[in-house]
Amino acid sequence: MTELIKNYFKPSNISLIRELVASDFKLRYQGSVLGYLWSLLRPLFMFGVLYIVFTHVIRVGDKVPYYPSYLLLGLVLWTFFIESTVGGMNAITGHGDMIRKVSIPKYLIVISTMLSAFVNFSLNMVVVLIFMIFGHVPFTLTILLAPLVIIELMIFNLVISFLLSALYVKFRDLSHIWDVVLQALFYAAPIIYSLAIVPKSIIKIDAIDPMTQIFQDMRYLMITKKTLTSEGVFHSLVGLIIPLVIIAAIGLFSVWYFKKSSPKFAEDL
Amino acid sequence: MKKNNKDIALSIKGIYKDFLLPHERKNSLKEYALHFSKPSYEKQHALEDISFEVQRGEFFGIVGRNGSGKSTLLKIIGGIYQPTKGSINVNGTLTPFIELGIGFNPELSGRDNVYLNGAILGLTRKETQNKYQEIVGFAELENFMDQKLKNYSSGMSVRLAFSIAMQAHNDILLIDEVLAVGDERFQRKSLEVFEQIKKEKKKTVIFVSHDMQTIQQFCDRAMVIHDSKLHFIGDSARAAMEYKKLNFPDTVQEITSDEYDSSRKDQRQGTGRARITKYEVLDEKGKQDNIISFGKSFSIKFHYETYEDLDNLVFGVSIKDKDGKAIYGPNTKETNEKINFKKGEHVVTMTVNENVISPGVYVIEAGLFDETQTICHDYVKIKNAITFVGLERHGYVYVQPKWTIE
Repeated sequence: MTELIKNYFKPSNISLIRELVASDFKLRYQGSVLGYLWSLLRPLFMFGVLYIVFTHVIRVGDKVPYYPSYLLLGLVLWTFFIESTVGGMNAITGHGDMIRKVSIPKYLIVISTMLSAFVNFSLNMVVVLIFMIFGHVPFTLTILLAPLVIIELMIFNLVISFLLSALYVKFRDLSHIWDVVLQALFYAAPIIYSLAIVPKSIIKIDAIDPMTQIFQDMRYLMITKKTLTSEGVFHSLVGLIIPLVIIAAIGLFSVWYFKKSSPKFAEDL
Repeated sequence: MKKNNKDIALSIKGIYKDFLLPHERKNSLKEYALHFSKPSYEKQHALEDISFEVQRGEFFGIVGRNGSGKSTLLKIIGGIYQPTKGSINVNGTLTPFIELGIGFNPELSGRDNVYLNGAILGLTRKETQNKYQEIVGFAELENFMDQKLKNYSSGMSVRLAFSIAMQAHNDILLIDEVLAVGDERFQRKSLEVFEQIKKEKKKTVIFVSHDMQTIQQFCDRAMVIHDSKLHFIGDSARAAMEYKKLNFPDTVQEITSDEYDSSRKDQRQGTGRARITKYEVLDEKGKQDNIISFGKSFSIKFHYETYEDLDNLVFGVSIKDKDGKAIYGPNTKETNEKINFKKGEHVVTMTVNENVISPGVYVIEAGLFDETQTICHDYVKIKNAITFVGLERHGYVYVQPKWTIE
């Protein structure tokens, strides 16, 4: 077992991930601050629109304390999910040239696209922290637990990317389908609204969505203890365990499917 | 010759590779949803029963025409494709790449590309760091490393790619036609590296090329793959010959009657009062061989059948390169040859005392005309009719000049 892990994390693999992430980063932000600003523009712009709509038009944000930070945190997490799964879907096909010519462990490419999105996410989190300071959000020690939830999200992003990247090699219309799924997921999870306004009849279904659990736990840990979390809906850890089981199940299937199809990537591309 | 197991670097046993070619390519979920029927496939055998062993320290060549399966074989050895059947045993580490500069990104600097490409070839960052000076030095690009790769000339980026590849610490190198990179000076330098590797006998090199000269120069042994099968394996000079034979199977090409087909106007035109039935290329010894060496004499014999009496004919030949550019085009009128053909068979022989045409495969066009050269009786175009071999030089012809320096 330790041999196996050692093999997965051998220095040359780590170096490859590092170089792939570094070159992606350099290409994106090539010597300009503007490069980063552009990628920040998307969540910030969405934030601006949604903030105006939900505090002045529909007013769902009124009851949520620290709504600007609350909303921005949700959008930044959501952007991380989108960037890493869409990037992950393209990971194999986008590196087709490389895969056809050199035998490298394919999962490294998928991991590196997730990490690239993570780099961007980390920068965005700095913006969230700045917002929190200006929004007078009281900092509590629970914020130290936030990295655990972020790791959960990273794993969730990764397992979905494994599945999407392998499927995308065979089914090139998957990108359209995933676009639609993303739309549905966006409204299914409490990103712009608060979980508290979800009707009692379906709140439990909403609460077991891993995205819901992740968003609400992050907000609970970082912004306000008044956030209704999945654990809060179930009044027990069941609200955490079910989403984790869902992630694990998707993970097992994704890894199995990826392992099964990766030897033929070079031919199918 | 008993071989120790340790001396064998690579052992390939009974490799088969089939590709399933779907009759209709379905690559969207929509198509799968609309057509439930199981897709029908056609099996294409890319490799059939290939077995060979390469010894440690050996330079081993693989030759074959395009589509023969040699690239597939290389990809299987490199672990890029999985064989359908058979086993591969690699004793030692193997360069898993078949091309230079994989992952090179034009938008990144030379330095970044070295690290990226190094990582793809399995080097850790530290190893690349240690070898960095050597890589840059060998590529002679010390002053360009901070520039983006897109500003490099193609020769420069290939030099860089080659230098990195040479630093990949592997016992077995898979090399696909990379010797002919860069300018002449760099080519010489890379050949020296190969000579060095060859002398040291530490690394095993598997070398794929079309260039028989390099194969013969470097490889101890070579194999010829033809139509997915192992055609020949053994001494590299013999392998080169076998390969030549495969490419130019007939030294005499019969022009068969079905080429009279009027629909094939590109090949045959004219009144049809006379027809070429056969042509043969003879080397300087008068032996049939359509591979002619530079500087040697050769002749081409054109066999005619005339169906009526024809007088005052003019016969012309044109030797063209594969792009259709005429290189050489003599005709009998230039020297006022008399050609009067009675009904029956005739032979026109053209002899050239010294071949000055550059190496390559050429097309021969031959035509028989009336004396005004307005009426054409027969005109044929024979593809791959003649091959000239020799040293590659600039231009279409080479006649050694006499230099005078004052």
